[in-house]
Amino acid sequence: MSELESELAQAPVFAGLSPAHLAVIAGCGREQHVPSGTVLLREGGTADTFYLIRTGAAALEVQSPAHGPLLIETLHDHDVVGWSWLFAPYRWQMDGRTTRECALVAFDAACLRGECDADHELGYELMRRFAASIVDRLQATRLQLLDVYGRAPASA
Amino acid sequence: MDVLQPPREHAAPAGPMLPAPAELVSTRRDTSDTWTIALRPLSGEPFAFAPGQFVMLSSVGHGEVPISISGDPAEPECLIHTVRSVGLATAAICQAQPGAILGVRGPFGTSWPVQAARGGDVVIAAGGIGLPPLRGAILEMLAAREHYGRLVLLYGGRSPDQLLFTEELERWQQRGLEVLVTVDSAGPEWLGHVGVVTRLVRRAGLDPVTTVAMMCGPEVMMRFLVVALGDVGLSADRMYVSMERNMQCGIGHCGHCQLGPTLVCRDGAVFCWETVRPWLAIREL
Amino acid sequence: MPAPGRLILQRADFDALLDTLARRGYTVVGPTVRDQAIVYDEIAAASDLPVGWTDEQEGGRYRLARRDDEALFGYAVGPHSFKKYQLPAKVTLWRGRIDEHGGLTDVREPAREPARYAFLGARSCELHAAGILDRVLLGGSHPDPGDRARMDGLFVVAVQCGEAGGTCFCVSMKTGPVAEQGFDLALTEVLQAGEHYFVVEVGSERGAEVMNDVPHTNAGEPARAAAEAVHARTASQMGRQLDTDGLKELLYRNYEHPRWQEVADRCLSCGNCTMVCPTCFCTTVEDVTDLDGSHVEREQKWDSCFTVDYSQIHGGAVRASPRSRYRQWMTHKLATWWDQFDTSGCVGCGRCITWCPVAIDLTEEAAAIRADEHPQTVLGESGPGV
Repeated sequence: MSELESELAQAPVFAGLSPAHLAVIAGCGREQHVPSGTVLLREGGTADTFYLIRTGAAALEVQSPAHGPLLIETLHDHDVVGWSWLFAPYRWQMDGRTTRECALVAFDAACLRGECDADHELGYELMRRFAASIVDRLQATRLQLLDVYGRAPASA
Repeated sequence: MDVLQPPREHAAPAGPMLPAPAELVSTRRDTSDTWTIALRPLSGEPFAFAPGQFVMLSSVGHGEVPISISGDPAEPECLIHTVRSVGLATAAICQAQPGAILGVRGPFGTSWPVQAARGGDVVIAAGGIGLPPLRGAILEMLAAREHYGRLVLLYGGRSPDQLLFTEELERWQQRGLEVLVTVDSAGPEWLGHVGVVTRLVRRAGLDPVTTVAMMCGPEVMMRFLVVALGDVGLSADRMYVSMERNMQCGIGHCGHCQLGPTLVCRDGAVFCWETVRPWLAIREL
Repeated sequence: MPAPGRLILQRADFDALLDTLARRGYTVVGPTVRDQAIVYDEIAAASDLPVGWTDEQEGGRYRLARRDDEALFGYAVGPHSFKKYQLPAKVTLWRGRIDEHGGLTDVREPAREPARYAFLGARSCELHAAGILDRVLLGGSHPDPGDRARMDGLFVVAVQCGEAGGTCFCVSMKTGPVAEQGFDLALTEVLQAGEHYFVVEVGSERGAEVMNDVPHTNAGEPARAAAEAVHARTASQMGRQLDTDGLKELLYRNYEHPRWQEVADRCLSCGNCTMVCPTCFCTTVEDVTDLDGSHVEREQKWDSCFTVDYSQIHGGAVRASPRSRYRQWMTHKLATWWDQFDTSGCVGCGRCITWCPVAIDLTEEAAAIRADEHPQTVLGESGPGV
């Protein structure tokens, strides 16, 4: 197993995949080091590259005219940045920017989608893990939306 | 010689920078921070306008703000505005009582493509205080109902108590407007949708070929609505948005409302999405 | 139109020109030395002019220096432009009383009489700037009656520049150095071999009538050649140049260029450039009441896009960063102005370069962007980038 593959194995989204599958996924990725403040995703841009944070941090943001960037969520070690590459029309919905110097793995989305099309077992395993990650983030976001720290929760 | 203050003065004639007086005939509190007011111009002249246009509204001495006209274009005797109290000028306007005189300049700006949309379907997407600027368009289209296919309103608000015109929504439904309402959060007594307004787009089942979209609300919401509408096939030239920028004069002289190459008071506030899309993609334009 | 001949006005007869204008009811405003600069103010006699003075201008630098001759107009341009009369820094639009219902009553406005100014010493760049301001203020659906009143009946004595300033680039902007229209009289000052005279080009009937009352002779070939030599020399001395080829599209492509941040790291957002620029027209509208709230005045005052307030909407500024504000100013001046008003916003006078405390030079900024573009894609593509 290459160093990259063993790195990927540590990320929850790739955990438990077979060495063969890890090798295929690694084949669509390459390591990248970027400074703080690097724009990874731009709202409306083509989702052709997505990232796994090996070390570092990134922020997901939405631009608002009078308030500047609104912070949606922060992402850290072993988090995947960007999901819109999974589904057509493959366009980013918000901005993503590194908030620290980051060691990333940058994945070619088309390459990985192609591998999933060619090997449905790989596709199934990946989708399962991504779906779990997305559900997890959705539940967290719903809880965030309840604004429970306010004087009354938002829904009361 | 002081040319700025020449000794001679005369009675100021009506002009675009002089507010015309209008009497506040009624005021209605809609939500915790929003009021709908009805004004009657003291001149007695009807205030003709096209839906989507705005006026510069003032409480004399408290300041002047751009406010969309939310009345029925077919009833120009009365000028209706829905105002959110956020600063000195709007607070004075919201607290004014019947009999008070407010100042009105306008109407200024572009209007919703109500005529051009005839012969097809129309989806009106509004968020929060974005509904009042669309009300005139809704009324105008309902008055000519036979010229349109489906008329669909997608309306999102923060919570049920922040929704505007709730009684009117029912009357509009009876006149042939499909109404889908959603809120970001609600208690168990709310029987409608909960979720962001963009999720209503798919539910509406729009025909992208014949539909024109008219949108108004927070800029972030409009950007996401555009994506949602694009995902169901609407092209940029079939979508219209109402933009907001700092306005001082309303007549294209003060420079404040620039949005790239456009002046919002002159080339907007209603824009075709195709025109503004590249400019809104630039941060802090 | 009078015949396209040229006249000669001797230096000794210059006051006769000023007296003739005064007799016709004009208030002559022109250059004079004050506070170590050449500014515009009322001129009663030739001795009020900056006789024997010149200006040394560079980025962030303006100094007056003595000439070794007694030229009346031997300088480029100062911090004032005739904008101060065309679009005054503060204009009272109307004033009135507030009645017990909060309504305005007894509203009065300043009488809009033509100001009867004679601008003396207007340079070609300034005439172009005045035309641009007219387009902004009169060209839309609500022509500004104030501008019309202030510009109607104006008498213009232009001066063809005898030397270019250190920051001038009117040649690049095709706005000079020779004024070709927009004046009643245009003077080219000639000092040589003991002579001191002005070659006068008459630009209107009114100009011809005024010259009828002023001692003059017809200009022969030597005088005309001398004037043309002055024009050519000035054109060759430009302190700056700006490549305007495709400039609008160049800037439209480079809204996310890293150079904007680099400029922002130097820019103080002081707004000097907007104050001295002869085409900057932004104003703010303020209603001012007296202490008991019974009277109100609506004032229109110069404003600057460099202030944070300028772009304020519901609790925040659209252009919060200095980067976005500098970018707004420069792209408006050189690019979006074309789409808004069908001309460039810049006349190449160089004032913004001279009066910037940190010597930011928009010709240098434009050249830097042109030399190394960083085009943004329309909707922003993914991939690491800044």
